Amino acid sequence: MLKLEMRPQASRLWTYASPVLALVLTVLLGVALFMALGKDPVRGLQMFFWEPIKTSYALGELMVKATPLLVIALGLSVCFRSNVWNIGAEGQFVIGAVCAGGVALLADKDTGRWIVLAVLLAGVLGGMLWAGITALLRDRFNASEILVSLMLVYVADMVLSYLVYGPWKDPAGFNFPQSKTFEAVTQIPRLMDGSRVSVGLLMALVGAGFLWVFLFRTRAGFAQQVGGLAPAAARYAGFSSRKALWVALLTSGGAAGLAGALEVAGPIGQLTPYVPAGYGFAAIIVAFVGRLHPAGMVLSAVLMSMFYIGGELAQSRLGLPKSITGVFQGLLLFCLLACDTLVAYRLRWVASKKGGV
Amino acid sequence: MESYALLIAATLNAGTVLAIAALGLLINEKAGVVNLGAEGLMLCAAIAGFAAVVHTGNDWLGFAAGMGAGAVLAAIFGVLVIWLGTNQYATGLALSLFGVGFSAFVGIGYVKEILPDRPHFAVPYLADIPLVGPALFKQHPLVYGAMLLVLALIWFLYRSRTGLVLRAVGESPASAHALGYPVRRIRLAAVVAGGALCGLAGAYISVIYTPLWVEGMVAGKGWIALALTTFATWRPARVLLGAYLFGGVTMLQFHLQGVGVQVPSQLLTALPYIATIVVLALISRNPTWIRVNMPASLGKPFYPGS
Repeated sequence: MLKLEMRPQASRLWTYASPVLALVLTVLLGVALFMALGKDPVRGLQMFFWEPIKTSYALGELMVKATPLLVIALGLSVCFRSNVWNIGAEGQFVIGAVCAGGVALLADKDTGRWIVLAVLLAGVLGGMLWAGITALLRDRFNASEILVSLMLVYVADMVLSYLVYGPWKDPAGFNFPQSKTFEAVTQIPRLMDGSRVSVGLLMALVGAGFLWVFLFRTRAGFAQQVGGLAPAAARYAGFSSRKALWVALLTSGGAAGLAGALEVAGPIGQLTPYVPAGYGFAAIIVAFVGRLHPAGMVLSAVLMSMFYIGGELAQSRLGLPKSITGVFQGLLLFCLLACDTLVAYRLRWVASKKGGV
Repeated sequence: MESYALLIAATLNAGTVLAIAALGLLINEKAGVVNLGAEGLMLCAAIAGFAAVVHTGNDWLGFAAGMGAGAVLAAIFGVLVIWLGTNQYATGLALSLFGVGFSAFVGIGYVKEILPDRPHFAVPYLADIPLVGPALFKQHPLVYGAMLLVLALIWFLYRSRTGLVLRAVGESPASAHALGYPVRRIRLAAVVAGGALCGLAGAYISVIYTPLWVEGMVAGKGWIALALTTFATWRPARVLLGAYLFGGVTMLQFHLQGVGVQVPSQLLTALPYIATIVVLALISRNPTWIRVNMPASLGKPFYPGS
């Protein structure tokens, strides 16, 4: 029988190979799913892995979707590395979008370009505020950050819904629940003509660089992570777990809020009930699949973006429900967690129970 | 007065969903396993149960399908967490994310289906009592089933030998292992049983409570059920009480709208979630109290032989 045996050291090979194996398994399960539904699996895989990179325009769209995923995931990695389970990034994203949208709505014809900075700042502060509630309740009341941050997602959705159905509804919008379209001056600058890629992508990549330096080259970054790996050691070294908690939640909240601002002042251009697109949840998968490492998360954000675009294409061209994206995202995380067993353990063939150790 | 009788009836109905799910999660947690996948699992069970009723016309087959779906998903979760030692939080999260997507994917064909009218249940004689009858005795049998389940669970956990072993596995897996109990198999059994109960709750939502299928219709009830086990400091009777309390909060929004209170409907919809946060903060405020009541090995993997 097969037996799991603990490795003396974590396997370096499998640290990198496990996400790849997980992707292969997910693709195989996807092929099985397509065949079960009577669809051509080759066409199906094309939608996910070839169409999104076929043309330069498609590549641009891939980056447009990868940007918020990466920004949120970078923040979440700080949380997960310090063993703080913020799973409410979706809510922080929404409140960031709401605050950014609120500022963008203030702009009129005479407003200068500086408003973009104000919009982004509002997004960051909004996300930090929302995550700050979770941090406060965890810090002062010992309440589970998992449940609080998640409950706040539903509350955030209701805040957005209240605003677009109520005070911020566009009076000239035929009673649709949406705000006015923001003035053009609030639009996040784009990198080039003919593509929707904005400076948000640069900010995400620069952010990944900063995160790398913070995590691996600063004392503060080290102190931040020790609490997650070995709480007792962190206490002994005098690293404050409360500080780590606040830093983790404010960083990830700010990042998620920034992503929300980049979305509403970028591709969306107004507040609607459809601002929450599940990026906050998908970014959790991005963070884990990217090994909580900045470079890894750049790759996994692109991969997750492919899942989104592939899902949309599967809907329009193959007549499959768009929710197939969620199925694949969930499967990928499942497979990754299972494959990660191989990092710490190896499989050994044991002849029989009696013959073994 | 009539409207209050109906409010109580609706509260019991809404509380039943939370109670069944939270009791299932309680069994998991008593054995030392946290299943954050409850939400996704309940969604998959909801569509499984709904589909079964659409095709067979039998509610009880729907409940069975929901329980089956819940048990299967919980078993997958259990094997990953217990045998492969994956992180319980991350794995539960994966189950939730997968369940949200998978149920929406499978359920797309059932969105417009409507279940036929079913006979209303009423306890003979008692249902005819004015006010008390409509409030308490015109409920679906599962509402009373949830109450019996609590009694059964109290007996099982605190009066039976198997329950004692289950609690031992949750409190000190190493001791249970030393006494020769198969810790991992017991945990898996607890996870599967808990998953089946969550599945039953999910199917109750789509078959009786709502009754229709909408994407994401569990709407956080799985997460509230998870919070309920903490509220109740892991005691079955308190779980039931807490579930009715939250059922009441959920129903209050409709009642307030009914009597014409001028509050934004979004605030009322957000009320159960805000209430969860507030109660969670109040209960968790005393860390010692939580630590004393919480199963000691909660969330920690166990490797026999290490």
